[in-house]
Amino acid sequence: MLILECPCCGVRGEETEFHGGGEAHLKRFGPGSTDDEFHTYLFSKENPKGVHFERWRHNNGCGKWFLAARDTMTLEVFGTYSAQTLEPPKHIRDAITAKRPGWTWRDFS
Amino acid sequence: MKRYSAFAIAREALRHHMGWERAWASPEPKKKYDVIIIGAGGHGLATAYYLGKNFGITNVAVLEKGWLGGGNTGRNTTIIRSNYLQDPSAAIYEKSRALYETLSQDLNYNIMYSPRGVIMLAQTEHEVRGYQRTAHANALQGVTTEFISPTRVKEIVPIINLDGPRYPVLGGLWQARGGTARHDAVAWGYARACSDMGMHILQKCEVTGITRDGGRVTGVSTNRGEIACDKLGVVVAGHSGHLADMAGFRLPIESVALQALVSEPIKPCMDCVVMANTVHGYMSQSDKGEMVIGGGTDGYNNFTQRGSFHHIEETVRALVETFPMVSRLKMLRQWGGIVDVTGDRSPIISKTPVDGMFINCGWGTGGFKAIPGSGWGFAEMIAKGHSPLTDAFGLDRFHQGRFIDESVAAGVAH
Amino acid sequence: MSTRLATGGRLLDKARAVNFTFNGKRLRGHAGDTLASALLANDQMLVGRSFKYHRPRGIVASGAEEPNAIVGLGTGARFEPNQRVTTTELFDGLSATSQNHWPSLDFDVGAVNAKLGRFMPAGFYYKMFIHPRPFWKHVYEPFIRQAAGLGKAPKDRDGDRYEHFYAFADVLVIGGGVAGLQSALRAAQSGAKVMVLEQTAHWGGRAPVDGGTVDGAPVEAFIDATIAKLQDMPNVTLRNRCMGAGVYDHGYALGYERITDHAPELDAPRHRLWRIRAGQIITATGAIERPLSFAGNDIPGVMLASAVRDYAVNYGVSIGDRTVVVTNNDDAYRTAITLKSLGLDIPVILDARASGGGALADEARALGIRVENGKAIASVKGGKRVTGVAICAQAGEGAVLEEIKCDAVAMSGGWSPVVHLWSHCGGKLTWDAERAHFRPDPTKPPLGASGEGFVIATGAANGAADLATTLADADAAGKAAAKATGHKPKSAAAPQGSASDEAPLMPVWLMPQGAGINLRMKSWLDYQNDVKVSDVQLAAREGFESVEHAKRYTTLGMATDQGKLSNINGLAILSDALNQPIPQTGTTTFRPPYTPISLAAIGGEARDEIFQPLRKTPIHGWHEDNGAHFEPVGQWRRPYCFPKGEESHRDAVSREINQTRGALGLLDASTLGKIIVKGPDAGKFLDMLYTNMMSTLKPGRCRYGLMCSENGFLMDDGVVARIDDDTFLCHTTTGGAESIHGHMEDWLQCEWWDWKVYTANVTEQYAQIAVVGPKARTVLEKLTSDDISADGLSFMGWKDLTLAGMPARAYRISFSGELSYEIAVPASYGRALWDALLEAGAEFGVMPYGTEGLHVMRAEKGFIMIGDETDGTVIPQDLNMQWAISKKKDDYLGKRAQERSHMADPNRWKLVGLETLDGSVLPDGAYATAAGHNANGQRETQGRVTSTYYSPTLGRGIAMGLVLDGPDRMGDVIEIPKVDGGIVKAKIVDPIFFDKDGEKQNV
Repeated sequence: MLILECPCCGVRGEETEFHGGGEAHLKRFGPGSTDDEFHTYLFSKENPKGVHFERWRHNNGCGKWFLAARDTMTLEVFGTYSAQTLEPPKHIRDAITAKRPGWTWRDFS
Repeated sequence: MKRYSAFAIAREALRHHMGWERAWASPEPKKKYDVIIIGAGGHGLATAYYLGKNFGITNVAVLEKGWLGGGNTGRNTTIIRSNYLQDPSAAIYEKSRALYETLSQDLNYNIMYSPRGVIMLAQTEHEVRGYQRTAHANALQGVTTEFISPTRVKEIVPIINLDGPRYPVLGGLWQARGGTARHDAVAWGYARACSDMGMHILQKCEVTGITRDGGRVTGVSTNRGEIACDKLGVVVAGHSGHLADMAGFRLPIESVALQALVSEPIKPCMDCVVMANTVHGYMSQSDKGEMVIGGGTDGYNNFTQRGSFHHIEETVRALVETFPMVSRLKMLRQWGGIVDVTGDRSPIISKTPVDGMFINCGWGTGGFKAIPGSGWGFAEMIAKGHSPLTDAFGLDRFHQGRFIDESVAAGVAH
Repeated sequence: MSTRLATGGRLLDKARAVNFTFNGKRLRGHAGDTLASALLANDQMLVGRSFKYHRPRGIVASGAEEPNAIVGLGTGARFEPNQRVTTTELFDGLSATSQNHWPSLDFDVGAVNAKLGRFMPAGFYYKMFIHPRPFWKHVYEPFIRQAAGLGKAPKDRDGDRYEHFYAFADVLVIGGGVAGLQSALRAAQSGAKVMVLEQTAHWGGRAPVDGGTVDGAPVEAFIDATIAKLQDMPNVTLRNRCMGAGVYDHGYALGYERITDHAPELDAPRHRLWRIRAGQIITATGAIERPLSFAGNDIPGVMLASAVRDYAVNYGVSIGDRTVVVTNNDDAYRTAITLKSLGLDIPVILDARASGGGALADEARALGIRVENGKAIASVKGGKRVTGVAICAQAGEGAVLEEIKCDAVAMSGGWSPVVHLWSHCGGKLTWDAERAHFRPDPTKPPLGASGEGFVIATGAANGAADLATTLADADAAGKAAAKATGHKPKSAAAPQGSASDEAPLMPVWLMPQGAGINLRMKSWLDYQNDVKVSDVQLAAREGFESVEHAKRYTTLGMATDQGKLSNINGLAILSDALNQPIPQTGTTTFRPPYTPISLAAIGGEARDEIFQPLRKTPIHGWHEDNGAHFEPVGQWRRPYCFPKGEESHRDAVSREINQTRGALGLLDASTLGKIIVKGPDAGKFLDMLYTNMMSTLKPGRCRYGLMCSENGFLMDDGVVARIDDDTFLCHTTTGGAESIHGHMEDWLQCEWWDWKVYTANVTEQYAQIAVVGPKARTVLEKLTSDDISADGLSFMGWKDLTLAGMPARAYRISFSGELSYEIAVPASYGRALWDALLEAGAEFGVMPYGTEGLHVMRAEKGFIMIGDETDGTVIPQDLNMQWAISKKKDDYLGKRAQERSHMADPNRWKLVGLETLDGSVLPDGAYATAAGHNANGQRETQGRVTSTYYSPTLGRGIAMGLVLDGPDRMGDVIEIPKVDGGIVKAKIVDPIFFDKDGEKQNV
């Protein structure tokens, strides 16, 4: 029963208020992309044991999507942040580094 | 190997059961095997068994980081059915179900296959049409199923409430030869038979790396040393992504928690498996008398083998609604497993970008029922390069857009 | 025999007698009794039968850990199987029945299993019943199932109600013994919001039975004073009869409150499930005494020493006149001393320790009790009741030194902290070799959302041995929890509990140490499941070396007590068999709940009508009043049809269609999704969302659109109306409203966040009524003065107007092929508009129709239905809807996906109409066969039926389907097998069956 904080409305709520939306920081590939690029975009998953970035929607609340940095082994939440970004903001990455030095996820570290 | 029988029990009883052999040996790893299977769950052990039985390949090791059968094989709700809609699914699940019929005799180990029948309830008009479609498809696939009336449902499951005020039962898809088996026994029976063929089952042997040479697999690094092999089969469910990562590729797999619970044991009251997908719950009664209840998956990646309690609430509510008499039973134990779910929720049984390395994963919430068929097909793929049972389940289908989508007929697949 | 003593019974109200029955026998107890104490007071030691061997079973414990004494409770709608007598408070009229025997508790045919026990070792069923094959399902399994199962299944609907409560606490304390109370007080004094749960009806736990002092006064005084303080604090909630059932991630915990189990006459919910979110959780859950493993330790009359003491002190019940005490630690001496002081006989205390006990042993000796050090029980005599014990040396193999007559045995193998709640969410354990138990490892607690530990174990649950350490530990726990939740604990001194001078325990896992196989086969570990020492040893010999393997192979710890008494003893035996230290063997996983909780409580209030939320349109009441036959559609219930009198559903549907096509029909279309998409970039956004071009739509006009997932598959369809330059209204399917709105927001917020678009789901803000049929315009013209003529509101146009005095918007769109208007009004006007239309339409025979009429009419016109023609695997190209896919757009969601090889495959099945040669209705979901079989022996197919109906308009069956090369095979006949073996022949035809030129709608 996770607790997450919606960075849009500031509400700290339990999991039942939210809806998980899978891996974050996807780069969309549309027409003109190769089969490999499109496949990577839609199907390849990091599915890490440890630090993970994922999408959530506050669907029984303000309705906004946001992103969360979380550990899939301990369920620790390092922080949540706006969905309107291409990469995790520095304060989130720092928060992770403080707890999990040397972490990497895709090209982020 | 000494055969198991009532006679053997009687003989052993006279000497206080001191003469029983180990069910499986506990050897030291060899330097090299023809085939290494990573993962001694049901699927991995069945693969090894059919490599030996069907293809005479017995220089095989099955590597397990914990204890054999300790993953989803030992955590599921033991339902066996093959009433799938799509041809490739029906083929492998029906092959599996048919193998289950004689598995106790094949393995000389009572895995307690109990073909008590499986009903999937139709509780909306949409579900009625979906299951009628499945029944038609099954008839052409050689899978015996039948769409039955509410009256028939009540005859088979007297404890059911047909007229729930929210979702009355409008009929059901009935597979009379579906049922249950004893989950641990499936792993143990295969393990014993594999060990008897001279295969090595190496428990507490964790793979830490996959060694390759020019794009071809050459072996694995483990906490018990380097072990070489010609071919490698990876059958590690939720940990598949981790292993793929070691070999340098990614998978269309996400790992999520799936939960189940049992009630305290009661005398027999339900002699089949009932699945109610509209309300998200299913139930059967174990031979011990516990009501075995399956629930839903969490909506986020999770490797903790724990789930969120609200899923248990939803499931229990659905069961109380469908079977009012369970209301005063008590939940004895709840637990979770990590299931690996693919992009189309059907399994992956496939070659990989690494020559000689094969992968079998993505069984999601439905793996137990597939163990014998999956092992049969995967063994053939490892031995011969492909198998008609598994050809449709390749990784290439995600590139091609050739999905095997079972959610078409039923909201969820258990 | 067990009996009520003249004195004692601190929990009893002896002035109040309570009548109850056991197996129909009328018995009497006192207010304050548990069912267990009342049964024992009536000399009812035998209360059940074990699971496998049907051995006679007596009460062995006094609390939640009881494995044996479980009964059926109540009758009819209040019958409940498997209820522990030790945690059942006695009430007037209670009726209990024993379980798992036939024909009677005293004479059980199943007990023959015990005689055959030698042939039924651990895992015997894996090794036999293999041949002949059909026998498992038809002979062996039914027999085993009948023999197993313990309690009877309830037959009736539950006659009680249940509820859920939510609670939030800074500090949740689980356990209301002295440790829990002190930690709660200390935390509460810091200002933290504290909640305390106690599973029994009483505060203080075992302390009043065990004795001792706090700050010089008797411990009872401390308990009373602390409770009084806590009750006075507004930031403290105390709940007794409320068990901490489970600890879950991020500080979530479940409390299971039994409100009326002890007082069924109360008008209240029977159980209440507390869903608690806590900052810190203190587990002050105490410890459980372990049995000793000696031959015959399962015979009724053999009981935990602490339980014997509990029954004497709390309930004034003696278990026997002559009680032999057997122990490996000092605590059991308290039982001997207590019994002796009550005037009962203690023939001997057998202390397995060669060096014997400490101060308590001296006290016992001083009372004249015989104490034998280094001695053990070789075997217990008796069948359904203990009659004596044979004594041997603990160090030997069991050679009998002496036999002693007795009618009770009080055993103690030491104490195991209750670590369940600590462990539920990942807390790790450490082995305490000195005290021979696992206790919480404070360096590895369960981790919360912040990654910090959120559970603190304290008191006996943390391994504390006496009052002194318990209170000091609890005080520290309370402070730590307060601090961790941002409060400043007061720096008061902890209360000073009395210390006890106890000699160290000696681990004893088998008694005697060198017991031979004949003794080990009779030394029970798991009483309910009949697992003996020899079974675990057999498992180890056969290679079931992992503790999980051994558990599953032997069923050790899998009974309704989940191994509370047996697990540690079992894994010690396993470790010994494997010749490895106990911590290397480890424990099995502790899973919630701590003790079983009712399914009904988990379900809560949500049953029957309120099982799930029910969504109702503003017109729902009319449907109910007019005999609608409803079908569930998501959380809505929509009228399927409106049968009149004895009319069949099919006849009703035909009547509704005929009247609609002939004159006038009305459909409540309010459930259709309605989403406003607004902003300067709204057109650009909808161009990405729909396969067609929406940005070119003119205000005042409507366009039908298709929506695909990014994976290429059709997911929804509907009519889009452009309201003004910046505003669109998107209609979705009924089931799609919420998900499509979520889908839009997903793309807007996560991908195109710089686009200026705003969406709002207004589905429930509007009622929508389809006015359909040749008389549609006429009836509307009766109600409005606005121009809705063919030119004034042309096909695929919309217009705001005043209708029957209401503000309305009319969309001239048609899903039936008829002249048709969908009228939207604010939801509050919905019913008024419906009534006005019925009244105005009466002269034309206005006919409300349901979803089935809707479906048939759309199929007659060849319109696709999401969920019928599509199933998540269908793309627009399959439905020949290239016309709805804009060629001018570079991109839309799903476009790239549809370029993949399988989606561009010309062999994909395509939509056609199907007409049976004999006019019959094709079966739903049927497949068209092709020649041959595939590599897996499955019949080849070439198409399938997607929709099939009887068309009252055409007087024959019509269908749509997806067929290989379908559109190129008009006129071909395909074969469609039915499930009953017959074959239906159907001709491939145009899917538009009726009014191909659209003359009816374009008037």
